[in-house]
Amino acid sequence: MSMIFGVPMAVLYGQLLIGVINGAFYALLSLGLAVIFGLLKIINFAHGAMYMLGAMGTVILFDTLGVNYWVALFLAPVLVGTVGVLIEYFLLRRIAGQDHIYSLLLTFGVALIMQGILTNIYGVSGLRYSMPDVFKGGVNLGFMFLPFYRAWVIVAALIVCFGTWFMIEKTKLGAYLRAGTEDSQLMQGFGINVPLLVSLTYGFGVMLAAFAGVLAAPIYSVTPVMGSHILIVVFAVVVIGGLGSIGGAIITGILMGVVEGLTKTFYPPASSAVIFLVMVVVLMVRPSGLFGKEA
Amino acid sequence: MTIMKKLLTTAVASAMMVGGAQAEISNNTVKIGYLADMSGTYRDLSGPNGLKALEMAVADFGGKVNGSKIEIVTADDRNSPDVASSTVRRWVENDNVDMVAGLVASSVTIATTKVLEENNKLGLVNGSAASSITNEHCTPNHIHYAYDTYPLANGTAGAIVKEGGKTWYILTADYAFGHSMEKDVTAVVEKNGGEVIGSIRHPFPTPDFSSFILQAQASGADVIALANAGADTTNAITTAAEFGVTQAGQTIAGLVVFLTDVHALGTEVAQGLQLTTGWYWDMNDEARAWSDRFMEETGARPTMVHAGIYSSTIQYLNAIEKTGSDDSQIVRKQMMETPINDMFATNGRIREDGRMIHDMYLAEVKKPEESSGEWDLYKIVRTIPADEAFRPLADSSCKLVSSK
Repeated sequence: MSMIFGVPMAVLYGQLLIGVINGAFYALLSLGLAVIFGLLKIINFAHGAMYMLGAMGTVILFDTLGVNYWVALFLAPVLVGTVGVLIEYFLLRRIAGQDHIYSLLLTFGVALIMQGILTNIYGVSGLRYSMPDVFKGGVNLGFMFLPFYRAWVIVAALIVCFGTWFMIEKTKLGAYLRAGTEDSQLMQGFGINVPLLVSLTYGFGVMLAAFAGVLAAPIYSVTPVMGSHILIVVFAVVVIGGLGSIGGAIITGILMGVVEGLTKTFYPPASSAVIFLVMVVVLMVRPSGLFGKEA
Repeated sequence: MTIMKKLLTTAVASAMMVGGAQAEISNNTVKIGYLADMSGTYRDLSGPNGLKALEMAVADFGGKVNGSKIEIVTADDRNSPDVASSTVRRWVENDNVDMVAGLVASSVTIATTKVLEENNKLGLVNGSAASSITNEHCTPNHIHYAYDTYPLANGTAGAIVKEGGKTWYILTADYAFGHSMEKDVTAVVEKNGGEVIGSIRHPFPTPDFSSFILQAQASGADVIALANAGADTTNAITTAAEFGVTQAGQTIAGLVVFLTDVHALGTEVAQGLQLTTGWYWDMNDEARAWSDRFMEETGARPTMVHAGIYSSTIQYLNAIEKTGSDDSQIVRKQMMETPINDMFATNGRIREDGRMIHDMYLAEVKKPEESSGEWDLYKIVRTIPADEAFRPLADSSCKLVSSK
């Protein structure tokens, strides 16, 4: 068996594939964050909590109403998106236009409240969610055993990411959105309801996070605190990709997943820190990020 | 004041002091402080339900001991040794707390028992795992009651090697607890004729184990051992199930697994998992009866930590009743002289290093078809007798062990 730095090729291919799968999660989450920050200039520290609500919502919907996975894929993000719209309308709108730090603190507080309430009700050990039957098992690719569900995650994430990018960059709705956040006075002068657009955008960004949460429910522990760790990593990914760039967030997400996967193969203890290392280097060499537009 | 008056005052004062020292309950109250993780990773295995167990013990005892009332205060230590130390310091120096119960994160226990030793109060440790608590970190002011990492490693690893699991691959959480667990397990595996063919140190905590499980699978080892706890363990087990590890013939050995972890995973994912536990709610009639009461109060079944808190508190109050005093050394000595056979421990006794030794149990998680209820999770495979399970005194580096 051929080796690279003491690691068999087969293991390396497997790790790269796992890296792409994890990267798909990062891409989905950083896309939502990039939409909210890039277009609305809100630092959304509640993003991890929205991801968590998507996952917990899927389990709760199943336990209480018997909602199956496929319905949950649409229903959970819509419900969480509604929560997002309400947060924007009642809370974030009051601090619109002020320093970024306020949106950071406000959304952070919202996240802590949600996590605290859910911890009190459900504890921290996690809720059970079985893998949908159609995805059970996997295929032996020769160099590794690939569970079907993980393959589905890549497909679903890429479809949604591409759809979002297309909508924002190539459609009229996306154009309104980009224009409205650049110069809202002018847009309102044209008769476009910019505040509504802002609410819906925040809701949409949150929906992306919740969708990632639904994808995560069968394979990761569903706990009230599952969002807090991943949030920090996703912020790093968005910074590396460039705070204004939608497409950049997607590509960087997948890239970072692969980088992390390689680190896990060659030097696992650093795998938690490597993304931040990359962030430091990128900020020093190219502060606006790999794909960012110079401000 | 004249010399005569001074002498008289001193004599009377001394007489009063001597009279007030020994067989008496301080402030006519026995005050117990419950210190545990109430909101973080270890909340479910101790937390608010542990407080309930403590309250049940006090209520069952009658709420009073020798005419003095029993009071309980609580605090959330957030798994931080700093927060815990300052809380305990305030409790023992200002609030007349006599005994500290709960004590979950090992780092918290090691820090707070120093404070207890300085102030000559007592700690009953039920949550913490590190065996160093009665080894290099032993003090005359605490008792380690429910379990520790030594019997967990010894029990699980020893049994699995004997069953044929010769080659081992260890997934270690990259911090002090994980390293020490890895060391203990390696020693046990090699002592029993097995071999550790590889290991990986993963960051603590790690949400995604797919990469590490893949490497463990590729190694071809008979056994994949998890030298981690809490969310890391449950994540690793879930991922292993997804990647078909057990179906392909490898065994997963969880080294620190609580009932609440297995409950969160469910039998479908965790079936076949081998683990060692200090107690199981369904293991005999007495345990079951108490667990039914616990279930009525809390809605959940108790872990060995909850049961240990109840049992140790009853033992503590018994000792106060017998000796008439709540002085930590008098009570501790009385507890050490009393054998323990109750709903928690069989063949239990407290050794000179403060370690309460009792029978431990090797358990296996039931298959879904074998389980008749949400909490019907373990089958007890083997009892490990008290003297075999824990670190022998001859190997101890505790300052209290007289042979040193």
